[in-house]
Amino acid sequence: MSRTVIPFGPQHPVLPEPVHLDLVVEDEKVIEARPSIGFIHRGLEKLAETKDYVEFVYVAERICGICSFIHGQTYCQAIETIMDVKVPLRALYLRTVWGELSRIHSHLLWLGLMADGMGFESLFMHSWRVREKILNIIEATTGGRVIFGSCKIGGVRRDMDAETIKHILKEMDVIEQELREVTKVFLNDRSVKARLSGVGVLLKQEAYDLGCVGPTLRGSGVAQDMRKLGYAAFNDIPIEPITRSEGDCYARCAVRCEELFQSVQIIRQALAKIPDGEIAVKVTGNPNGETITRTEQPRGEVVYHLKANGTKNLQRFRVRTPTFANLPAMLKILPGCDLADVPMIVLTIDPCISCTER
Amino acid sequence: MTQEQNIELITVDKLLDKVRALRQQGQRLVQISATRLPDQVELTYSFDLNDRLTNLRLFLPGVATRLPSISSIYFCSILYENEIHDLFDVKVDGLTVDFHGNFYKTRIKFPFGSIKAPCAKPATAPASGATTCGTAPAATTGANK
Repeated sequence: MSRTVIPFGPQHPVLPEPVHLDLVVEDEKVIEARPSIGFIHRGLEKLAETKDYVEFVYVAERICGICSFIHGQTYCQAIETIMDVKVPLRALYLRTVWGELSRIHSHLLWLGLMADGMGFESLFMHSWRVREKILNIIEATTGGRVIFGSCKIGGVRRDMDAETIKHILKEMDVIEQELREVTKVFLNDRSVKARLSGVGVLLKQEAYDLGCVGPTLRGSGVAQDMRKLGYAAFNDIPIEPITRSEGDCYARCAVRCEELFQSVQIIRQALAKIPDGEIAVKVTGNPNGETITRTEQPRGEVVYHLKANGTKNLQRFRVRTPTFANLPAMLKILPGCDLADVPMIVLTIDPCISCTER
Repeated sequence: MTQEQNIELITVDKLLDKVRALRQQGQRLVQISATRLPDQVELTYSFDLNDRLTNLRLFLPGVATRLPSISSIYFCSILYENEIHDLFDVKVDGLTVDFHGNFYKTRIKFPFGSIKAPCAKPATAPASGATTCGTAPAATTGANK
């Protein structure tokens, strides 16, 4: 049978960001997927050599428009490790709350895109309607909806008063209820199951060997979550990674659905336990040393490798984003699938290309 | 909270053996990071097992640098190694998937347009000596490879 090469992306209705695939197909079966990225490489890592390490928090936050807060948090955490800064406990709790709000909004954004990709428009609208409530909390507590600008080296910039905490807890009840209604459809609806079950299967060992992270890895049954390392307030709020064993698109979707409720619980616990006190300490001097710091973003483990030489500019700022780690899996899953399943498989990896290319 | 940092210094000729041994232990490749030093390129390979990092570090000369690929041991290293080739000019031997320098589109400085704002041509011919948009350098259009 003759082979045809079908270009997929970088601009495609189901792709929120530019990744290109040359799909080699025989009839409707994908035989090979040749990737091409690099359309939006911004050279942000190089900027660290010219920007002051304090103001670089702004750049780190802008690596990604979805998980911006956790990028800023990880950068601050890395600098604090190098400079041996003791961050006040209240600030660590606030970082945890914003980090989990960010995870909920990212997962809901993804669920909406996924529903849209399946042609389930009402589910897409409902997912984003609930997400709007999360964005409202983020806006009320940080002033921003996409870039929070709340993390700084030594702590956080903004506090939450008792009234705000009470309001968030009340909102969490409403949001949890609405999440139950939305996720019930994702998890139980016949058409969603038919579209996702058994599609794009990634076996447990394969996922691990390919270096996958986040829901992509957990959807294949590997219980790995960097929050277990105990950064921010996760020493006081232990978590158990949510896993599924099927390894298909449905499993990756289900992991994200269940993580929404896990994040709601973490926010509740953090706000219930949040201690009084300062929200930041003064940091003076320049960093001198090196660290490799990891945190858990909505898409999975992010790795920051920082090297500083005692000047105000970093010697090296390197970020390995979750999507970067998940791209090889996408290339392994695609061969053998139906052409019509390509959008679903690509979406369930939750590719964030601006993050990946930095 | 400080995450454990262990870095083992190795030489290039030991790289494949070390990586193979880590693979046999069941370590996951977490990242490969390159740093340009004044006359060297420093490479850090990070591996994870049960949430503990193991790092290998080696140094390469700054020019005419070659590195053996670990993609036959860890397929996922292809992205890191192509990135290191494109951004640090390190030649990687034995890459399973080689983008030949096109992993990042860095050869064209402004791949999606000109640094000058586009403007419409005037409806009528301008007076002699007048400057028009047409005299600006030609826009570099989306000529991605």
